[in-house]
Amino acid sequence: MASDYLPLLILILLAAGFGVIAIGLPTLLGPRERNNQKLEPYESGIIPFSDARRRFPVKYYLVAMLFLIFDIEVIFLYPWAAVLRDLRLFALVAMIPFFIVLVVGFLYEWKKGALDWD
Amino acid sequence: MQLPLGIEVPIPTFEQFVFIQVALLTAVAGLAVVISRNLFHSALALTLTFFGVAGVYVFLEAEFLAVSQVLVYVGAIAMLIAFAIMLTRSMMYGRTSPLNNQWGKSSLFAFLFFIGLLAFARATPWPAAGEEVVADEALIGALGREFVTTYVIAFEVLGLLLLLALVGAVMLARDR
Repeated sequence: MASDYLPLLILILLAAGFGVIAIGLPTLLGPRERNNQKLEPYESGIIPFSDARRRFPVKYYLVAMLFLIFDIEVIFLYPWAAVLRDLRLFALVAMIPFFIVLVVGFLYEWKKGALDWD
Repeated sequence: MQLPLGIEVPIPTFEQFVFIQVALLTAVAGLAVVISRNLFHSALALTLTFFGVAGVYVFLEAEFLAVSQVLVYVGAIAMLIAFAIMLTRSMMYGRTSPLNNQWGKSSLFAFLFFIGLLAFARATPWPAAGEEVVADEALIGALGREFVTTYVIAFEVLGLLLLLALVGAVMLARDR
């Protein structure tokens, strides 16, 4: 039932409300002063040395794609795990080829060095 | 509730009220994807649209689909789109216009697609309110049962498809 999600709705409202208060109150009450130090991303952090909006290495994209593939794999494991106790050995046997294929893929990307950063 | 002109307006229940909010959020975010001038803002609005669609799935009692939507679309696809934008220099700096020389054609096809969807929606026999719906745990269990019985071949082929996608991703991004 959708009403089971009422706690989630309350949580979303609380989180949004916290964001509105955290940004709204300083805007209304705080003194406004603009200088270079205030515009830094982090106070007392590392001094920015170039524009953040530069091209990112393609490696990030590879990691994101690999994450997506294993994410989908996990999605398909959920319903299977829900009936594993009822179907016992049968469900286990049915999952073995699926799993072997995915372990082959995992070994492939590992040996190919897709998991190494450099 | 009675409006001035004598029009009877049904007072929405709490669930309907929340649904209207979710639907509005989804629609407005979807509009922002199309009309935003900064491509990255479009990507962020698209993430919000995905989240709104997950909310619609919750109202449709399709909870597994809602969880999958959040995990795959909000979690992974949105990140992939953000990375794709960050990989391209011109998109990172330049402003993209929502209008190009194909806007006429594309709006025509979007309208035709909407007409088609409307026809489908009208032809679909929707379950009436109060009808018995399968409980969520039983639903996910039934899905898992179908995976390893009726659709077991499709399930194994799906594993193969994921393997192909993985090999393709590694080949594309790694070997130059």
